[in-house]
Amino acid sequence: MKRIDAFPYLLLIPALLLVGTIAAWPLVETFRLSFTDASMKQVQNYVGFENYIKFFQRDFWPILGRTLVWTTLSVSLKLIMGLLGAVLLNAAVPGRALFRILIMPPWVVPVAVGCFMWAWMYNGQFGMISGLGQRFGLFSGPFEFLAYKQAAFISTVVTDVWIGTPLVSLYLLAAMQTIPKDLYEAAWTDGAGRFYRFRRVTLPLLMPSITTMALLSTIWTFNSFEIIWILTEGGPRGSTTTMIIDTYRTAISRFRYGEGAARAVMILICLMVLSAIYLALLNRLTRKGRAK
Amino acid sequence: MINRYRWWELVLIYAGMALFLTFMLAPFVEAFMVSLRPITEVFRIPYRFFAEGMSFANYRQIWISQPMLGRWIINSFGIAVAVTVLSMCCSIPAAYAFARFKFKLRDGLLSLFLAVSMVGAAVLIIPLYKLMLALGLLNTYAAMIIPGAAFTVPTGIFLMRSYFMRIPAELEEAAYVDGASRLYTMRRVILPISAPGMVVVAITTFITAYAQQFLFALTFNSKNHLNPLPVGLYQFFGHQEVRWNELMAASIVGVLPVLVLYVFLQRYIVAGLTAGAVKE
Repeated sequence: MKRIDAFPYLLLIPALLLVGTIAAWPLVETFRLSFTDASMKQVQNYVGFENYIKFFQRDFWPILGRTLVWTTLSVSLKLIMGLLGAVLLNAAVPGRALFRILIMPPWVVPVAVGCFMWAWMYNGQFGMISGLGQRFGLFSGPFEFLAYKQAAFISTVVTDVWIGTPLVSLYLLAAMQTIPKDLYEAAWTDGAGRFYRFRRVTLPLLMPSITTMALLSTIWTFNSFEIIWILTEGGPRGSTTTMIIDTYRTAISRFRYGEGAARAVMILICLMVLSAIYLALLNRLTRKGRAK
Repeated sequence: MINRYRWWELVLIYAGMALFLTFMLAPFVEAFMVSLRPITEVFRIPYRFFAEGMSFANYRQIWISQPMLGRWIINSFGIAVAVTVLSMCCSIPAAYAFARFKFKLRDGLLSLFLAVSMVGAAVLIIPLYKLMLALGLLNTYAAMIIPGAAFTVPTGIFLMRSYFMRIPAELEEAAYVDGASRLYTMRRVILPISAPGMVVVAITTFITAYAQQFLFALTFNSKNHLNPLPVGLYQFFGHQEVRWNELMAASIVGVLPVLVLYVFLQRYIVAGLTAGAVKE
């Protein structure tokens, strides 16, 4: 089989056609649009780097900073909660199967529906958190979680953590179960306690999975749109406007396609940096795996 | 023995589980409680968990005040099924090509799919909107199905590829020796024994497609009778005074089918997730 073999390419045609039209072409088009003043008008002119310059002069840095804080906070909480969940799932106690079923619903239901429920929980006048908080003396009066800058910021993070944690838990559980049993038995024979075994056996062997999950989760969280859009639409006063929300608002709500495209390109650059780190890590891990 | 827990360890584990579940399930429990309250009890101060006059009346009322509700639920399922079918038709042959054949562009194309899986759909929304406009697909089911499928293809490819790679190559070699063509071998030898893997991918894709119907429907569709459930319910949100009890009742009715489906299929779903299929 020396000549070019067409068969694998034929198998790839449907996937390439679909992904090419819906993802690859829009990627290129976003770059092109970012150098134009495209809007609802029929004509569009090339304006060079004007959109980028405007973005940098106006609000790029605060939005980038906010996005990074939001993402970091959410991802770290998801990892901590996820690891805790995985440890609980791994405990050989009765009721474990039920526990596994019951932690997944936040991931199974549509993201939007989960957000409706949380919007009600955060309601200050009549919602559960504010109501119970007042009864137990945490708040002196009604507390509207989504109306204050910092509270809204934290609230959107909490909802994102709620949706993302089940998946992280399951993933880390799967990784935990690949750790050979004899390692634990050896440590146990040497008199190592449960906590010591966790710290010296589980955690080090789990580290590659935790790192992989951390990076993947960072990429997904960076791309998160629905949760913030439904809960706050980026408000109050821009306090939850991440890069995605900002791009969507500029392009779709205000019809400034050119400006929006420039903002989208900045997101793509951030994603490229994150993906590069992820790929480098993946390569290192597979090489290590092969070396064994 | 090694897995025997002392009593205080058991207490700690169950306390941890209880706390964890409180966080995970509180919104569902509260949504259910609100869905049982009459509207006067919803807007009542101070807050009470058990309100007066709780009944299932709202579950009847929603079908009258939101005549489209049934339609939205059917749309949601229909769109998710269509996304799953389209996505798998693309990802299975591609995954087989990546798993079994050596060709020049293999690594490059695989990286391309990996790159696409990193980009969220919201980032590409401007050209996507223009594309849908140009193709005349705005306000059609296709505008929600085609992009939805495209963004699930890369994950499907990676999952199916790892599944195919675990099938011994001797099977195909035996078929080739018997004179079978490669297409025939794929269809008659490989695909049938890959059925379990395909089921897992199908279920995971379906759940993903069902959970993430918001963005495309919100942006590409303005016809209410084509809306999937999340966007349909989102309109409850727009009003000055949200009728929370009905919104929650409708939400629960809307997600109940997929929750039941999940409980029955959770073994496959867990298998799919832990094999590396991932969704946010």
